Amino acid sequence: MSNRTVNLNVPVLARVEGEGALDLSIANGEIAELRLRIFEPPRLFEKFLEGRSYLEVPDMVARICGICPVAYQISAVQALESVLGIEPTPWIRDMRRLFYCGEWIESHSLHIHLLAAPDFLGFANAIDMAGKYPDIVRRGLKIQEAGNAIISFLGGRSVHPVGVRVGGFWHAPSTAAAAKLLAELEALLPEAEALALWTVSLPLPDETQDFECVSLGHAGEYPITRGSIVSSRGLDIGIAEFDNEFQESHAPHSTALHCHHRGQDYLVGPLARMNLNLDQLPSATRKLLEACGMRFPSFNLFHSIVARALEIHAALVEAIRLLRSYAPTDAPYLEAAPRAGVGFGASEAPRGILWHRYELDGSGSIVSARIVPPTSQNQARIEADLRASLNRFGLDQPEHEIRQHAETVIRNYDPCISCATHFLKLNIKKKA
Amino acid sequence: MKAQRPRIAVHKFASCDGCQLAFLNAGEALLTLAQRVEILHFAEAGWLDPLAKVDIAFVEGSISAPHDIERIRAVRESAKFLVTIGACATAGGLQALRNGVKEAAGWVADIYASPQYIESLPESRPVSAHVKVDLEIWGCPVTIEQVLGATASLLNGVTPVNPGEPVCVECKRRGHACIMVTQNAPCMGPVTRTGCGALCPGVGRACYGCFGPAELPNAVSMAKHFEQAGLDKREVARRFLFITSAAQPFADVGRHYKENE
Repeated sequence: MSNRTVNLNVPVLARVEGEGALDLSIANGEIAELRLRIFEPPRLFEKFLEGRSYLEVPDMVARICGICPVAYQISAVQALESVLGIEPTPWIRDMRRLFYCGEWIESHSLHIHLLAAPDFLGFANAIDMAGKYPDIVRRGLKIQEAGNAIISFLGGRSVHPVGVRVGGFWHAPSTAAAAKLLAELEALLPEAEALALWTVSLPLPDETQDFECVSLGHAGEYPITRGSIVSSRGLDIGIAEFDNEFQESHAPHSTALHCHHRGQDYLVGPLARMNLNLDQLPSATRKLLEACGMRFPSFNLFHSIVARALEIHAALVEAIRLLRSYAPTDAPYLEAAPRAGVGFGASEAPRGILWHRYELDGSGSIVSARIVPPTSQNQARIEADLRASLNRFGLDQPEHEIRQHAETVIRNYDPCISCATHFLKLNIKKKA
Repeated sequence: MKAQRPRIAVHKFASCDGCQLAFLNAGEALLTLAQRVEILHFAEAGWLDPLAKVDIAFVEGSISAPHDIERIRAVRESAKFLVTIGACATAGGLQALRNGVKEAAGWVADIYASPQYIESLPESRPVSAHVKVDLEIWGCPVTIEQVLGATASLLNGVTPVNPGEPVCVECKRRGHACIMVTQNAPCMGPVTRTGCGALCPGVGRACYGCFGPAELPNAVSMAKHFEQAGLDKREVARRFLFITSAAQPFADVGRHYKENE
């Protein structure tokens, strides 16, 4: 068996967001070639942003990703506000956190139930899974809907919401709307607890790897909307210093750029966040974690699904806390005169750090834009994981099992290929 | 004897994946739909059979790379009824902002170190530029109600309701104060197709046209009004050249103002 040659080509990866493929060849019992190929056509967003008014940016960047538009809007407004000298009020900061909690709940629940869990339970899709586990799938869809309801509360709709503007929100929702949403979320909390316990019961492979975890970190809060960049190997830098530590390169097989930390792959996303910010979890979520009997930090990538479920719980607890003290305001946004400058923004998209940089001219037009999404940061890690995990799985296994294992490994990262493809400017124009 | 369920497929081209979420965010209705129809292809949700013969093929995304053209022809061949969902499939999407821009040829090289590996057509075009489309559902994003409503109609042999009236009509129904009149806001509502629920005026901001042109929109007068309201020519152009920049008459009016700034 050891000298067989296997050429495995998965032309379209199912249950991931966007279009990607996997090429794998095995010769003489070793992996000769392994490429996660991203062929989603480029959409060139960074170029479209040039020459637009800063006020148009939130609506434009939302269109990069239908699954995490909130992340794009929040990273962008943060960067633009830093240029304009706007310091958000506590109301604006709280509502951004609430808004973002909605996206975590929606995106994580969609991934757990519709994309990832069928792998661990042996189904091709969530509808087939619902045949045997109807209550599990229904609960998942209900949690996903609650996340969407939070986004709609502030944004009018959950995909490409319209409530965000540079400086805050266009309007403050009514107390009655807040009370209705709060009641829905409170009723859902036991379901979120049950979900976390259920993910622990899944037959997850036991496999530890060595890698660096990178996330935002902020004193006194689990990182969602802001923070500095920290890592499990002691990194702690401001978001403006991103380029000093992280480098992007263009792999020929991909329309996404790969991002490395000093030449090494690294992990962003729920598992990295959980590993680095355990002490910032709400106390109710910490208790749930103990009840789960899981130990974090964990370097088993398959524990990502548990981290996602725990983050759903944490986001729900946070959303409930913020809604309990909700009061409308007369000043849902701040304004400032445009001015020239460069600004940075970073937030924790459901899949990990989403980093933006904008340069504005004196009239408020975008001179240049650069966006680094989480999936291009994870891409090198996914390839490294596949090599290690497939070797361990056994390259002499039947082809369809190798394929299934490889797909499971990839899906576990919740790669968003639509996001990864569309930008990332490689030649940064440096002015002398 | 059990009748064969209608068969559907959901295909994706260049897009943000947001319109497919009309299915995946539908909650309980997704489970009901899956009982009433047989899903044969829907890659994001786990079904892979792109060439299967189906009754309805839903298409998200614009045609923007050479291999897209072959794929969309195959989708057309496979389907009795082809429905485009969203601004990308119906009008070329936001990425159509590259169409007709001279410098666009160099953009790929600006972004990618090895542009020879990037396959991209010079223009992002709607599905209807390449094959016959039976129903176009507008919106960025389309709503669950639009997509499931159209599906239910088609399955019952009824022509789907696809209103082309402007956002203003919906604003009046909901009792929103007109922000164009009260705030002099450059609202695209009078020329934009309804379907969103008049969300932007509802939160006190001008409509930015994400559902594309309404039926018989007077875009020329709209643009003149924006000028009178204080927008410069470049700003007027940008109102029309945004989410559905390739859709007429937005494309012509926008280009006119862009070239005469």
